Amino acid sequence: MKNSLIALTFALGLTVHSEDWNQFRGPHGNGVSTDKNLPTTLQDDNLKWSIALPGRGLSGALVLGDHVIVTCSSGPTQSRLHVLALNAKDGSVAWHRQFWATGRTMCHDKTSVAAPTSCSDGKNIYAVFSSNDVICLDRAGNLQWLRGLTADYANVSNSLGMSSSPVVTGDTLVVQVENDSESYTLGLNKTNGLNRWRLDRPKAANWTSPVLLKSGLVALQSKTGIDAIRTEDGSNAWSYEDGASTIPSSAVLNGVLYIPSHGITALKLNDADAANTPKQLWQSGRLQPGTASPIVIGNKVFTTNRAGVLSSGNTKTGERGWQLRLKGPFSATPVAAGDYLYFVNEAGLMQIVDTTAEEGEITGKLDLGEQVLGSPAVGSGALYVRSNSKLYKVAK
Amino acid sequence: MKLLFAFLSTATICFTGEAASVSDSIKTIRSVGPEGQGNTAAAKAWKSLAQANAAALPEILRAMRDSSPLSANWLRAAVDTIADRGGKLPQQALLDFIADQKQEPRARRLAFELIQKSNPKLADKLIPGLINDPSVELRRDAVAHVLEAGTAKQTSKQTQAAVKDFRKALDAARDIDQIQAATTALRQLNEKVDLPRHFGFLMHWNVIGPFDNTERKGFATVFPPEKKIDLSATYEGKSGKVEWSEFITADEYGMVDINKAYPGPGDGLKEVTAFAYTEYTAASTGPAQLRLGCKNAWKIWHNGQLVFSRDEYHRGIRIDQYQLDINLTKGRNTFLVKLCQNEQQQSWTKQWQFQLRVCDATGTAVLAADRPPTPETGTDNSGNNPTPGRRPRN
Repeated sequence: MKNSLIALTFALGLTVHSEDWNQFRGPHGNGVSTDKNLPTTLQDDNLKWSIALPGRGLSGALVLGDHVIVTCSSGPTQSRLHVLALNAKDGSVAWHRQFWATGRTMCHDKTSVAAPTSCSDGKNIYAVFSSNDVICLDRAGNLQWLRGLTADYANVSNSLGMSSSPVVTGDTLVVQVENDSESYTLGLNKTNGLNRWRLDRPKAANWTSPVLLKSGLVALQSKTGIDAIRTEDGSNAWSYEDGASTIPSSAVLNGVLYIPSHGITALKLNDADAANTPKQLWQSGRLQPGTASPIVIGNKVFTTNRAGVLSSGNTKTGERGWQLRLKGPFSATPVAAGDYLYFVNEAGLMQIVDTTAEEGEITGKLDLGEQVLGSPAVGSGALYVRSNSKLYKVAK
Repeated sequence: MKLLFAFLSTATICFTGEAASVSDSIKTIRSVGPEGQGNTAAAKAWKSLAQANAAALPEILRAMRDSSPLSANWLRAAVDTIADRGGKLPQQALLDFIADQKQEPRARRLAFELIQKSNPKLADKLIPGLINDPSVELRRDAVAHVLEAGTAKQTSKQTQAAVKDFRKALDAARDIDQIQAATTALRQLNEKVDLPRHFGFLMHWNVIGPFDNTERKGFATVFPPEKKIDLSATYEGKSGKVEWSEFITADEYGMVDINKAYPGPGDGLKEVTAFAYTEYTAASTGPAQLRLGCKNAWKIWHNGQLVFSRDEYHRGIRIDQYQLDINLTKGRNTFLVKLCQNEQQQSWTKQWQFQLRVCDATGTAVLAADRPPTPETGTDNSGNNPTPGRRPRN
C-alpha cells in the first residue's frame, strides 16, 4: 500500500510536500491520506480547537505546511469572498484576503458561494468560488492573478450553485464550470490565469470535480460519462460514454478509475497508451453512491448511499461485501488513512470506521454540533473539518 | 547584503518614489481586461503597490471609482495586504473618503472597515449617519441599528415610536432580509406596507401565448412579438390562434405567473413559450437596472433591444437574481419578456413565472412617472375572459 502510494505520487508528478493536503480529497484526489497518526477512536478531548470563520462555506480546507487554508463567503447575498490562512497549531489567523464576487452568487440554501475546494501546487493557492471567481495567491497571501469567469462568459453560472473543485497539473489549472447554459471547462495558465484552452462541455448542471489521472491528464466527469483531457492543449485522449453522475466524483487508485456510473464502474487505466479508452473491469449497480464520492482502501471500494449505508466492494470484481449503517445523511466525502475511514454527517457527527473489522465497525464518534457538508482535510496527524461557521481541528 | 538591498528597495518605494510608483501601479492594474488580459503586468504592478505604506490607502481606494470589478479586486487585495502589515492608518483621510459619496460604494465600505478594525468606537459613531448612504453595505449596519431600536421600543410597548423606527428602517433598507424584517414588524403593528412600490416591481402587463417550445427549440425561435409589438394582432400559437391579453399581478413580490394566464391541464402547460410586454414612463434619461427573478429560460428586450438571455430551467428563483444595466429614455420605455417552459414533469418544474423591477444600482426603486396604485387583485387562475390587450402602465 505504502509503496503504491509513493509510486502514484511519483507518477502524478506532484511537487507538493508529502504531508500537504493540497486539493479536494487530498494530494492524490482520492481522499486517501498517508498520515499514520490520526486518531482511531474519538472522545471530547480529541477536539483540539475550533475557531469562528468569517463566513459560510462547504469547501474543504487545504493543509499546506503549518497553514490551513479555508475559503468562505459572507454578506446578505454571499458576495464577499474570503481566503484565509490559519495557523494549524492554534487556529489563529496568519492572513486573510477578501474579494468582491464578480459573478452571480445565487445558490441553493444548503450550499454556498464558497463550495469548491481550493487547490495548490505547493507554491500558490488557487481558490475558486461558485461566482466563478478564480483567485491565485501565493502562500503568504500575495495576489498573483485573478479571473472572473462569469464576467468573461456571461451565462456561466448555475442558479443552484457551482461546486466543482479545480486541479492543477504541470502549468495548467483546470476549472470545470459546467452548467445548463454556457458550459465550459477551462485550462488556465497557472502563472497568469490566461486561457490555455477552453472546451465546450455538455449543457447540463454538473457539480463534479476533475480527477487527475496522471501528470497532464485529467478526467472530466459529466452526465455523458468521462472525458480524459490532455491539460497541455485540451485535446481528448479518450472517453467513456456510458453516462455518469453529476454529483459524486470519480476516484482513482492504483491505476483504476472508479466512476459513479450505473452504481460504480471500474476502468483499468492504460498507462502505456493513454490514447486508448481504458478497459472496463466491472460495473456494479449494488454500489450506489449518494452525494459523497467513492473512496478506495486497499482491495475495497466504498460507497455511501443517501440512507447513510456504507457499502464495501471488491476492487477486483465489484462484488459487494459487508454493509454498515452509519448515522447519515452525508454530503461530505469521507477520507481514509490506514485502514480507517473518517466520516462527518450533515449534522456534524464525526464517525470513524475500521474497515478491517469483519462487518466494518464504528470505532469512534464525536459530535461537532453543526452542519458539515465539506470533506475533511488531513495534515500532520490532524483532521480539519469546516462547518458554515467554524473550523475544527481533531487529533489524538 | 540581501537584507540591505531589500530594505533599500522598500525604503525607495515608501519614502522617495511612492507617489509615482503608486499611481503607475494603479494605472496598470486598472487596465486589466477580459479573459485575463493585462494580468502579467498587473501582477508586477500589484507587487509594487502592495509594498506601499498605509498613507497610500486613500489613493488606492479612490482608484476603485469607475474601475472594472476585476480591477477593483486587484486594488482591494493591495489594500488588505498593506493594512495587514500594520502601520499608522491615515484616519482623517479615510474618514474624508467615507464621507465622499461620489466614491465607489464598496471602496467606502472597505475604508469604513479599516476604521472599524483600528478604532471600533469611532466606526460605531459613524453608523447612524449612514442610513441613506448610496453604499448598500454601509447603510446595512445603520438599518440594523434602527431595526434593533424599533424592536426594543416594540417590546417596551412604545408602539408609535416603534412604528416610526420600522418605517425608517424599511425606507432605508435595500437588502431583502432587512426589508422583510421591517415589513413583518410593521404588519405586526397593523401598519400597511406597499412592497411592490418599495421594490419598484412592474405589475401591469400584456401577455400572449402559448407558442411552441418543443425540445426547447422555442428559445431560439423568433416569434412574431420579437419582431414587432402589435397588441391588436393575432398569431398562430402552439395550439391555435393567440392574442394579447391584459395581465395584472397583485403579488407583493411582483410575480407574473404565466400559468394563471394559460392554466392548461394538470400541473400546467409544458414545452411552451409566452411573452409579456409592458410600458414604463421614465421621468428622465439615465442609467438604471432591470432586476429579474426567473427560473425558466428567458430573454428580455428594452426599447426593442435585446438586453440579455439565459436558457436555464428550474434551478431556482430569487429576487434580483439577474441585474441588468440599461439606460432609460425619458418618457416611454418598453419591456418585452420571453418566457420558455420546458418538458420536465417534476413538481418543482411547474412554475412558469418571473418578477421584474426597475431600480438604480443600489436597488432603490425607480418608479415610473405615472405609476398607478399597486393593484389589490390580479388576474385570476381561471384563464377565462381575458381582457383584450391594451397598453399597460407601470
